[in-house]
Amino acid sequence: MNNVVYPELARRIRANEPTALVVVIDGPHTGATMLVSPDHPALGTLGDDELTRVAARDALGELEAGRTSTRNYGPRGQITPEDLADSPAVRVFIESFAPPPHMMIFGAVDFTSALARVAKVLGYRITVCDARTVFATRRRFPMADDIMVAWPDEAFTKHGASLGASDAVCILTHDPKFDVPAIQGALRSSVGYIGVMGSRKTHAKRLERLVEVGVSPVDLARVMSPIGLDIGARTPEETAISICAEIIARRTGRAAQSLSATTGAIH
Amino acid sequence: MRELLDDLDRWRNAGKRCVIGRVVGIDGSGPRDPGAAMAVNEDGEVVGSVSGGCVEGAVVAEALEMLREQSAAKVVTFGYSDDEAFAVGLTCGGTIHLFLQELS
Repeated sequence: MNNVVYPELARRIRANEPTALVVVIDGPHTGATMLVSPDHPALGTLGDDELTRVAARDALGELEAGRTSTRNYGPRGQITPEDLADSPAVRVFIESFAPPPHMMIFGAVDFTSALARVAKVLGYRITVCDARTVFATRRRFPMADDIMVAWPDEAFTKHGASLGASDAVCILTHDPKFDVPAIQGALRSSVGYIGVMGSRKTHAKRLERLVEVGVSPVDLARVMSPIGLDIGARTPEETAISICAEIIARRTGRAAQSLSATTGAIH
Repeated sequence: MRELLDDLDRWRNAGKRCVIGRVVGIDGSGPRDPGAAMAVNEDGEVVGSVSGGCVEGAVVAEALEMLREQSAAKVVTFGYSDDEAFAVGLTCGGTIHLFLQELS
């Protein structure tokens, strides 16, 4: 990495602009580096024009999928096995820097503060949303990236379209007039995780209300409620761990047992 | 890499040479995914990590030698294979491939 690529890489990462860092790790131009983003021409070169073009195209694809990988090419960017048979392979490492995942937390309560802190450790960008001015304050949630004094509809108008599989919506309000529109808003988005706090009794009542307002059974299956893994969490901090653990387990598709009780690959 | 930026900027502003090591491949079990990164400056100051602490010491030694010798970028491998036991291994038994390069 050199004086041209590094400062621009640092700028794009800090600005949360998706970007892929592409470097030759084995081949004639080992160390040659370029930076690829959807909205910019490639910055830097891998030493051969055709190799640069093909690797930049592949890097955009990897970036789109949020993947980091190593790819093999011929010295002129060849990709078919026949082309690669006679020529020494160039190995190219493509590292995707995607914007951090987004967690929207509805309800400005004690659990919100603990959840925001734990989620921050995991790298989330945090939005806290509550309609009550006295609760949704910067002083109570200094770790939040954004605090909205708003109803859920407004929050989803602003952020709903950008929510994806790696993002999360956690609804901690305990108040049906806030919970229900928040759940509806989350269900209209493509957010990967929707969790709603409340006892089993509250959850049962909430389900009735959601069915009344026309939420389909398929949509209801997306809602994790009561929220979190069953680890016996009591305090806001323990509950935050239980919620974040559930988010990870849902993403990885794991059953969330103790590793000591299971066999097979850990990662 | 994100977590290294502030320190890398500080080192660059102070005119310190440094090497960045990034995980580019894992065979078998490994504690960190490809992309995990650490950096070592000419004074031996270290930021970031590439494993659970098993190979960081060896990476520092390798990086300082690269800075001394002004070596070209390269892939280094730590771990165990059937025929040869490397000096440094991962406690989890996997093999880790790192790409080391001076940030010039």
